[in-house]
Amino acid sequence: MSLLRRREAGIALALLVVIGVTTIVQPGFLLSPGGWRDLLLTPAILVVLAVGQAVVVITRNVDLSVGSVLGLTAYLTGRLFIDAPDLPIVVVALVAIAAGTVLGLVNGSIVAFARVPALVITLGTLYVYRGVTLTWAGSDRIDAGDMPRAFLALGTRQVLSVPVLTIVAAIVLVAVGYYMYTARGGRQLYAIGSDPDAAALQGLPVRRRLLWAFALNGALAGLAGVMFAARYGTVSSGAGLGIELQVVGAVVVGGVAIFGGSGTVAGAALGAMLLLTINRALPVVGIPDFWQRAVVGALIIGAIALDRVLANRRSRRLAAARDADPPGPRSPGGAPPGAAPPGAAQPGAAQPGDGPQSDGTNREEATA
Amino acid sequence: MPNAAPTLRLDGVAKSFGPVAALRSGTLTVHPGSIHALVGENGAGKSTLVKIVGGVHRRDAGVVELDGEPVDFTGPAEAKAAGVAVIHQEPASFPDLTVAENIYLGREPLGRFRRIDRRAMREGVRDLFRDLGVDLDPDRPAEGLSIADQQIVEIAKAISLDARLLVMDEPTAALSAVEVRRLFAVARGLRDAGRAVVFISHRLDEVADLCDTVTVMRDGEHVSTDAVADVTPDELVRRMVGRAVADLYPKVPSTPGEVVLQVEGLESTGTFHDVSFEVRAGEIVGLAGLVGAGRSEIARAVFGVDQYAAGRVVVGGKDLRPGDPAAAIAAGLALVPEDRRLQGLVTESSVARNVSAVARRRLARLGILLPDAEARLARDWSGRLEVKAGALDATATTMSGGNQQKVVLAKWLATGPKVLIVDEPTRGIDVGTKAEVHRLLSTLAAEGLAVLMISSELPEVLGMADRVLVVREGRIVAELSRAQATPERVMRAATPGASETTAETEGAA
Amino acid sequence: MRTHARPWWQRALLTREMLTILILVVAWVVASAAVQGFDGPLTITYLVLDVAPVLLIALPMTLIIATGEIDLSVASVVGLSSVTFGLLHQAGLGLWVALPVSVLLGAVCGAVNGALVAYAGLPSLAVTIGSLALYRGLAVGLLGTTAVTDFPESWTDGATENLGESPYPVITLGLVALIAVFAVLLHATPFGRNVLDIGRSSEAARFSGVDVKRTLLILFVLSGAVSALAGVYYTLRYGSARGDNATGMELQVVAAVLLGGVSIFGGRGAIHGVVAGVLLIGVLSSALRLEGVTVNVINIVIGTALVVSVVAPRIAGGVRVRRRGAVGQRT
Repeated sequence: MSLLRRREAGIALALLVVIGVTTIVQPGFLLSPGGWRDLLLTPAILVVLAVGQAVVVITRNVDLSVGSVLGLTAYLTGRLFIDAPDLPIVVVALVAIAAGTVLGLVNGSIVAFARVPALVITLGTLYVYRGVTLTWAGSDRIDAGDMPRAFLALGTRQVLSVPVLTIVAAIVLVAVGYYMYTARGGRQLYAIGSDPDAAALQGLPVRRRLLWAFALNGALAGLAGVMFAARYGTVSSGAGLGIELQVVGAVVVGGVAIFGGSGTVAGAALGAMLLLTINRALPVVGIPDFWQRAVVGALIIGAIALDRVLANRRSRRLAAARDADPPGPRSPGGAPPGAAPPGAAQPGAAQPGDGPQSDGTNREEATA
Repeated sequence: MPNAAPTLRLDGVAKSFGPVAALRSGTLTVHPGSIHALVGENGAGKSTLVKIVGGVHRRDAGVVELDGEPVDFTGPAEAKAAGVAVIHQEPASFPDLTVAENIYLGREPLGRFRRIDRRAMREGVRDLFRDLGVDLDPDRPAEGLSIADQQIVEIAKAISLDARLLVMDEPTAALSAVEVRRLFAVARGLRDAGRAVVFISHRLDEVADLCDTVTVMRDGEHVSTDAVADVTPDELVRRMVGRAVADLYPKVPSTPGEVVLQVEGLESTGTFHDVSFEVRAGEIVGLAGLVGAGRSEIARAVFGVDQYAAGRVVVGGKDLRPGDPAAAIAAGLALVPEDRRLQGLVTESSVARNVSAVARRRLARLGILLPDAEARLARDWSGRLEVKAGALDATATTMSGGNQQKVVLAKWLATGPKVLIVDEPTRGIDVGTKAEVHRLLSTLAAEGLAVLMISSELPEVLGMADRVLVVREGRIVAELSRAQATPERVMRAATPGASETTAETEGAA
Repeated sequence: MRTHARPWWQRALLTREMLTILILVVAWVVASAAVQGFDGPLTITYLVLDVAPVLLIALPMTLIIATGEIDLSVASVVGLSSVTFGLLHQAGLGLWVALPVSVLLGAVCGAVNGALVAYAGLPSLAVTIGSLALYRGLAVGLLGTTAVTDFPESWTDGATENLGESPYPVITLGLVALIAVFAVLLHATPFGRNVLDIGRSSEAARFSGVDVKRTLLILFVLSGAVSALAGVYYTLRYGSARGDNATGMELQVVAAVLLGGVSIFGGRGAIHGVVAGVLLIGVLSSALRLEGVTVNVINIVIGTALVVSVVAPRIAGGVRVRRRGAVGQRT
């Protein structure tokens, strides 16, 4: 846990440094009402998406269709306001979230039951869901005038100088984080991502958990769709186009390992905030905002490289620790003193410096 | 306690994998409050027996009873539920979860609102660890735990599950002396608490130290069961080796020529140390030792798939670039690796592709590989080795172990090697093919090939090799000529803790 | 021993690639019969011009996916190469200089990916998501929202010109040549065999003396270089060098490759299948467009086809395994 915590602390620190430096250059970045509001409001949608994505990535999967789900549910939200003006806002939001859940379940059931890589499946549904939105919406665009004022106010209103959408994102973060940390199901998601085969051997309900993870992610993407409609006031069929890569980037920067098992939703949320805050900070410190994506990309690569460096250092330390504890004579007449620790010679024991390709091979002595 | 039903009773349990009988007649009776040693050579069937008890394999025949009740597990989860805990050499823990989570996964104590009660969990683990006398932080991640600590975690899990039978499969192979002492204390504690423990080990000193009863297995069958006090380690070694080295091994006499492979001072931190030896043309050199002694690792380093820290490998007078298998192959080295399915073959590929996997580089004309040339090579070599397959484009997945091994041998012989390293060349293959492989190796040596043979089957080493090098704990501890090499001598040299009266350093430089 | 278990026609016809080719033929026939204007010469011309970039990039992508890795940064390399090409032209360098420099830059981009994946051992999915953003960011950063458009007509025409009176654009020759090169590379060289072996078992490949790391590096370099070439083509075809050229094309490429029968797990795939996969998407797109169906439905079709192409063999395989399991149980 301490290691993971350190990882999140690192991102939080980076975030603070970015905010600090930018504020020194231009105090209004943080210290004006508008600056404060933007700082909190801008990342809200990406945070919600990143939290959901983190849950999926922790299980050693990925959901690339979230941008399309967001687009579909955002349009659905606007459409409902037009076609069923009597529906209360809460019901509209719930319908959109339910729609997202269904789309997530479609992904999840294909992945869990056909046992095919989530990358491919969600790449496919990325097209399908977006196609559905495009067909449905056509060149139609839902404007602020089509949606109730009370709904649009959610996108801009603040409670105690905290934007409502930010509060929503925070509630999502806390609820999911709490679940992942304190529920049996949450810990099982980590176990599944850590070693899917061992999880099955232990008798964990792997399929059910995977379905659940994808459904949750879909629901959160649906919520993000509602938030998108409220925040921007206009929804076209292209809403959320390409955001999936930003989401995955945020999750990776936030320290969630792309191969599952480790990381936290808090880290992913911090990653999302860091990415978007850097985006807004660049122009302030004099870098044209055209360079935003380059910085984001460098950040993603830097983050995974850093994780690898830390992991390598950890395994080296482990090897050194083992060498420092050589077995003495086992019993009278035993091995000569100073003999090598036989442990390191086990086939399949982690060998520092071995590439990832050799992982998981020669597990054990053949039995036959 | 003759009246109480034994915790575990196996009678005539058999298990075959295809044509290979891994276990012919497994018989074992373990009483509560007892630590029962199970010893035997590699391939004697111990691991298969353990896997049947642990629910990994299903038996073909025989009786398995727990506390007098017949059982037939269909999976590990079922065995666990019945109170059987198996601790493997390398336990599978979830590296990203904490120690406490690993122990309680799926049955965490719950507090209000069905939330995990971490305090209760931590306390539970602390209590377990206190009873076990170990000092592990329940909240640290399992990642980076030593194998010893992982085993402790598994044992703690077993105890928290209230397992009545604990099976430890060579648990000490990877442990330091301190860790072994701690493990033994834990095992004794369990015994005193009335649980049954099965302890598998190659170290006879440990058996004498820890266990009260010992069962010897050989060739998949039960040999004997005695109170530990009633048998000497030397007697156990004799029973484990057992059979006479028959004329099964068609050794063709040959005169060793010049040195082809020369290894000097090879060193790999924590794996093997100061390994020096040479192999001459026309000579078969056996590399004997226990599993985990470092034999395969030496072979891998010589061939270049693993790096080494110091030393040099010379083939035909030229130094080999370390860590470069392609260079080793170019110099005339070939390695038939330990794990056929993962390392020796691309099982998804056809026989033809596998046979030509290395030699194909030479088949290409102007960089183009003609399918004809590949098929010709494959047909030629699989014919010479009498590979039995439906067609050259049949995938290796469908073939028997023996045929797969012939494909691997064909692949390497097609490169025209000067030195052939074979690692467990006959493991898991049927008797008929085994003899074919032996004959082939003998003939090749007689034709002038230098062969380095790693084998855990003592009769094979003794029957085939002109010289035997014994590896123990990463060092070559004995070099025995064909005349000197008796089963007892080799086993004594290889086994830490067996009495070392003779031959220990004979001939060793 | 027989060389083959089945006669040649069965081996040729009963393949995953044949399925894609068959669907392509059916789609073509149906489109020719039912879609007005599909069988005109213009259709072929535009089909080739439109699919060219995806087809180009799909070739090295086939090899990368066959090793079990992936390169998602390809479309960004297209954008970066387009911008480079445009800027070099703006700076007054001849296009004969700008072209190789752009391709070289693409190779460098690929080398960065390859080094991180092969030598640093990082997961290619994560690395190339990062470099997707990085390379696109550089492209957008270098040119902002502006575009370079004043390319000499001889070049822009050359990109779209037809071969004599035929409906085939001149670039068809280049495409066919590159397809041939990659088909030979994958199917008739030791290197190609190594690629498939790595995808099936990189451990076994290593034990056979295959330099896995170097092979991966080479593939990523190839991917970068070919993507850059596609970027130059894209620039000339539309006469415009922009930072956001070909955004999102990586997903189209991956979809086409998987449709073409390449296994996402690595170890199997064939160039002819991939070419059919690319053409299938192209035919569907142009037929539906002629029918007045918007791009949207095409997306649905492509997406569904992708999911089905991966799930169907899995289900079929599952049935086969279960049937085999009934005979001799495996552990």
